[in-house]
Amino acid sequence: MSDPIRFSIDGRPVDAEPGETLWQVAKRLGIAIPHLCHLDQPGYRPDGNCRACLCEIEGERTLAASCIRKPAPGMVVHTASERVSRAQRTVFELIEAGLPARAGAPDPDAPFWHWSEQVAAPQGRLPGRHGVVSPEAAGLSLHDSSHAAIAVDLTACIACGLCERACREVQVNDVIGMAYRGIQTRPVFDADDPMGASTCVGCGECVQVCPTGALLEKTVQTSIKQSGRLPIDREVDTLCPYCGVGCLTRVAVANDRIVRVDGRPGRANDSRLCIKGRFGFDYVHHPHRLIRPLIRRDDAPKRGDASLDPSNPWPTFREASWEEALERAAAGFRRILDRHGGAALAGFGSAKCSNEEAYLFQKLIRQGFGTNNVDHCTRLCHASSVTALMEGIGSGAVSAPFNAALDADFIMIIGARPTENHPVAATYVKEAVRTGKTLVVADPRGSALMRHATHALRFRPGTDVALLNAMLHVIVAENLYDPDYIAAHVDNFDALKANVAECSPEVMAPLCGIDPGMIRTVARLYARSRASLIFWGMGVSQHVHGTDNARCLIALALITGQIGRPGTGLHPLRGQNNVQGASDAGLIPMFYPNYGPVDSPDLTARFQQAWGRPLDPARGLTVVEILHAILADRIKGMLIMGENPAMSDPDQIHARAALARLEHLVVQDIFLTETAWHADVVLPASAHAEKLGTFTNTNRQVQLGRPVLPLPGEARLDIDLLVSLANRLGLGWSYGQQPHPEGGETGVEVSAVYEEMRGHMVSLKGLPWSRIAAEGSVTYPAADATSAGREVLFGDGFPRAGGRARLVPARVSPPNEAPDERYPLVLTTGRLLEHWHTGSMSRRASVLAGLEPEGLAAMHPDEISRRGLIAGDRVRIATRRGAIEARLRADRDVAPGMVFVPFAFNEAAANVLTNPALDPFGKIPELKFAAAQVTALG
Amino acid sequence: MDDSTLERPKAGKGRRWQTRGRIADPAAARDIDLVLGHEPVRRDHLIEYLHRIQDRFGALMPRHLKALADRMRLSEVEVFEVASFYHHFDIRRDDDAGPAAITIRVCDSVSCMLAGGEALVERLTDLVDPAHVRIMRAPCIGRCAEAPAALIGKRAVGHATAERLRDLAAAGTVTPEPVAATRLAEYQAAGGYRLLASMRSGALTPAAITEALSDAGLRGLGGAGFPAGRKWSIVRSFPAPRLMTINADEGEPGTFKDRCLLEADPHRVLEGALIAAQAVEAERIYLYLRDEYAHLHQLLGAEIDALARAELIKPGFIELRRGAGAYVCGEESAMLASIEGRRGLPRHRPPYIAEAGLFGRPTLNHNVETLYWIRDILDHGAEWFAGQGLNGARGLRSFSVSGRVRFPGLKRAPAGITLRELVDQHCGGMAEGHRLAGYLPGGASGGMLPASRADLPLEFGRLEPHGCFIGSHAIVVFSDQDDPAAIALNLMQFFRHESCGQCTPCRLGTEKLVALMEQGALDRALVADIDHAMREGSICGLGQAAPNPLACLIRYFPEALR
Repeated sequence: MSDPIRFSIDGRPVDAEPGETLWQVAKRLGIAIPHLCHLDQPGYRPDGNCRACLCEIEGERTLAASCIRKPAPGMVVHTASERVSRAQRTVFELIEAGLPARAGAPDPDAPFWHWSEQVAAPQGRLPGRHGVVSPEAAGLSLHDSSHAAIAVDLTACIACGLCERACREVQVNDVIGMAYRGIQTRPVFDADDPMGASTCVGCGECVQVCPTGALLEKTVQTSIKQSGRLPIDREVDTLCPYCGVGCLTRVAVANDRIVRVDGRPGRANDSRLCIKGRFGFDYVHHPHRLIRPLIRRDDAPKRGDASLDPSNPWPTFREASWEEALERAAAGFRRILDRHGGAALAGFGSAKCSNEEAYLFQKLIRQGFGTNNVDHCTRLCHASSVTALMEGIGSGAVSAPFNAALDADFIMIIGARPTENHPVAATYVKEAVRTGKTLVVADPRGSALMRHATHALRFRPGTDVALLNAMLHVIVAENLYDPDYIAAHVDNFDALKANVAECSPEVMAPLCGIDPGMIRTVARLYARSRASLIFWGMGVSQHVHGTDNARCLIALALITGQIGRPGTGLHPLRGQNNVQGASDAGLIPMFYPNYGPVDSPDLTARFQQAWGRPLDPARGLTVVEILHAILADRIKGMLIMGENPAMSDPDQIHARAALARLEHLVVQDIFLTETAWHADVVLPASAHAEKLGTFTNTNRQVQLGRPVLPLPGEARLDIDLLVSLANRLGLGWSYGQQPHPEGGETGVEVSAVYEEMRGHMVSLKGLPWSRIAAEGSVTYPAADATSAGREVLFGDGFPRAGGRARLVPARVSPPNEAPDERYPLVLTTGRLLEHWHTGSMSRRASVLAGLEPEGLAAMHPDEISRRGLIAGDRVRIATRRGAIEARLRADRDVAPGMVFVPFAFNEAAANVLTNPALDPFGKIPELKFAAAQVTALG
Repeated sequence: MDDSTLERPKAGKGRRWQTRGRIADPAAARDIDLVLGHEPVRRDHLIEYLHRIQDRFGALMPRHLKALADRMRLSEVEVFEVASFYHHFDIRRDDDAGPAAITIRVCDSVSCMLAGGEALVERLTDLVDPAHVRIMRAPCIGRCAEAPAALIGKRAVGHATAERLRDLAAAGTVTPEPVAATRLAEYQAAGGYRLLASMRSGALTPAAITEALSDAGLRGLGGAGFPAGRKWSIVRSFPAPRLMTINADEGEPGTFKDRCLLEADPHRVLEGALIAAQAVEAERIYLYLRDEYAHLHQLLGAEIDALARAELIKPGFIELRRGAGAYVCGEESAMLASIEGRRGLPRHRPPYIAEAGLFGRPTLNHNVETLYWIRDILDHGAEWFAGQGLNGARGLRSFSVSGRVRFPGLKRAPAGITLRELVDQHCGGMAEGHRLAGYLPGGASGGMLPASRADLPLEFGRLEPHGCFIGSHAIVVFSDQDDPAAIALNLMQFFRHESCGQCTPCRLGTEKLVALMEQGALDRALVADIDHAMREGSICGLGQAAPNPLACLIRYFPEALR
């Protein structure tokens, strides 16, 4: 630690910390120095180009940019001398002369105008923009409205380069650069292409930081055009509703409509957002929103192959009062309970809902239905990972946050495409690579991250264990493991050693298709690096050998001791915004809240005591098992909150047949989803933007979502609906709610639910409601309510017997079905940047739907021409389960021999095609591998 | 470059059959592989690659830029922003037939303007077929003593006439003229590289050389005049690994001395460089040569190879780099950015490049002429060199003299000589029929002085009290028949053209000053404000000096202001 640097600013003596700039010191002293190209936010390097922040340093020939200049001992600095002010005024005068007048500027409230007012530069002395060749004269428009969400108006551009730093250094998307020279200097996209035709991923970081509104949200542009200013009624600090990154947002509302979403400072996202978070908000205003309870018409029989127009549900449903709907819903459950018992009921909660909703949902199923048949979509994403993690290290959560990438020296990403599915988490990885860290990306599909990767391993689909066992082999054979760490913390090393003895890279290479030398290099780098971190996603988990895949990754970390220290660890990237929290809260058939096994008699006794009812002593069924059980007539009634198994589950024809077969199905959701088509009662519920609650992101940060909008029509909060249903099942819940005159109960106190839940969850011990309400985001576990949460776990052992982790060897096994003559291609499924899971939200978000409006199948251009197909045509994709039609897209990232189908499109639903074969441990279906054929449509 | 013709992918529905952005073109990728060969790509070679692609295909096409980006694992924009920064790169549409087969760049800088460059362009335009010959105006090409000058392809033409250029174009004469330089064998035969040998043997120590340079009073002759010996000591004080650069990006209008020195005796410069590199223990030398000097690129390439063959250097120890048409890259930190393969933007100081320069390493940068004098100083002694100056200055200087003198050209003269002495004793006096009205002491950036101040010593620090500086010793003499306002406007247009665009005062200040000058009646208070902001607030010397022409015009030639 160096000594502070003593110097003076404006006559005030001051000590600067090493590394502090003059601007930062001035800010600390309350001296406001104008700034345009400088943004006082993490990740933004000062650039010193606009010269608005000039200051005078005694003894120096010229003025210096305070944003970039660091003090030296004894320096005498003036921020407001006439020498400084005169230069500042001229800088603003020069800039303003080239801009539209404030009233006609794209954003009259932009920071530039704020500083312009302060500086009060002379006006009217200078001619306007004069360029040698004006862009217009060169046939180039200064206006670019080609992007779906962002308006570009270069008449307001001051060439400060913040957009470039946003795109290149913060989000690391590398789309914007400052091109040309001199007076023609301006931001361009790719090779000066229209923004909408460029590789822009629409994260909008450039919009958020632009100091003039030259880059502006079109929603804001419209608002300003209509009223001459941005008529913001309120701004609410809340969370993004989409993925597990859990970005903190600030949502601006005008006339009860969201008009802008900005990122907010904080550990999860440092003010960054992605296209979904920033521009995918208007689904909440979509006309398809359910605003009154619906009841299935008596003359509308259920059919698995039913198809329904969400804008005209009336052939199938009729509107009902809350009283009727709630009573019909509860009566159906009571009837099945009476006749068949709780085992005939099941519930799917949702990882989109809050912790409090998840907790009450599982409590309702366990206490009210008397069954453990409660599950949610974690079964379809990371069930195998959680199984392997629980068995190996005793905890299903990440051992370190994704921000740990910045502390790592080596990062491996396998079976994950974070640039599309966790874009903000990906920014930290790309940022780490920019600072020289090693990145290995392993995936059969190419990805945007591979350009940044030190090593890209495009292995054959379904051969993860072969690749990973070969890496383990190298580490064992070359003595790169950490015997001390193993001795202190890890069991079963000998079994692992024996298991991988035969798996040399040379033997595995023909299977996985990766050069043995490359496998050795990567294995050595992983083992030897000071700190190595592994991320994985559904490419690892969604296989019949998904648990084995995860076991191998865990083994890598355990035998090398690459866990428990800063920059090391295991991070399964969680998909939904609250999949971590929903799992923690017990929305899983084998666990009570906080992963207490339901087949533990002690625990069951404890929860029976707490909930005052006999509980099911056996593990419940999982998602796919429940659907099978319906078709086997063992399950007859279901409550589904916010889940869409009719789209998300494998072998969709079979899944929908099951839903249609239910005697009683109650769905609470914001839209009439494909699942709700099969319901008896549909309860209009609350969107994320309408509710208060906590959500736990992939980093184990418990964060507060606050209501931004009122509920539409008669829609109700999910938490109120759960309480109303529970009480109609006689559970007598009381969380401060009041009876509603139109039936049911409303006004549940979220904090009361949270505190009850926390009473069952030691992990939340240090996170009382009051703390989360005050801090907004707290990492669990925390020792107590005043200690910081622990981001990196397992430095002192594992939460298993004896504090030791256990290695579980994995054998190389093939996928469940192999391509053959009839189905020669490998089908893999996944997501697109613009669409969220089953599309019920994102396809109703105008920007996202506009960018990716229709179902597609992507293949390598060489494979397309080999098969005599034509990109852009509609094709038929078939597997042993069924067939769909979609538009064919040429995509070099898809390996030859493969076809990729995103599962967001109901008209071309990937899950019609997928294989429901399950991983024997995690019970996750093999969504990433099926034999398929693609043919031209006649 | 003209940016009207770029090919752009379609937005919206048209793209749904493909992935986002421009689609890789396998044929373009093969083109790039052909041009680049199969060696591993280097990020810092981006500008070299762009040159090779343009040399081969006549222009830069988006499909090739995309393929180059893919090969280098860069984003498209990282390639495009660099290509579009440099004036010599010609970015075209993919379906463009490309520019005319022959490009003639007519110099429009001040010396050539005085010699009728404008009329030359007009006449030439009438004479040639635009389908065959493209005529462009170019900033100073370093042939000011043979004004008006032009480049046809890579061939420089002095005392150019439209007819001569037409004939050369018709004959397809576009390659550089060979140079009659002192080659390695000849240089060695005359005692060359003995100093380097004695340094390598330890007979001559870095400390002794540094001391000699300090005693000789050798200063940086790129324009800043920083004492060379002290620079070595500073660079050595920062931890290795260190690098060295040679600035041969001579672009200051009116300056051509480095060209002349390299044309005549390249090894004198190279030996000086190797001595300097040894003195600071630099691991590698980068020689950054302006693109306009294609004949020197050939010569230096051959002589550097010869050095390696003679085992005087390890292969690759001296890396020859080609500029791409950017005056600002003569600014040392912008030059470093360019060598790194980036846009030539000057950097903020501190840190100085001696501490954190090329690739972040301590870097010794020298101008060609500074290195040129090292051998003479060591051969003849520091006292000999120091004793050469006049009027209190020390040493010899190479003055580039152009404009209205009888014998323009490179003049080796004592430091501190006055303009009047230089013209009378070295240039044969004024040109026939011209009377001295004023002069530029230091190219475009050094300001303008009137005839009444022709007796000031031309030396660092001596012209500053008069609002000028000597800079690169580029003396442009003008006469009673020239319009000082037109000269000042020409200089200001040059700065507008060459501003890198990074900082506001320079980017907009040069633009607004040109606009105000073209408008006529000057608002003096406004000009003074802009002058203040540029001088005080620009990041680099270009912007800080850019108001000089107008300031001097107002101060010394008020009668020229309409």
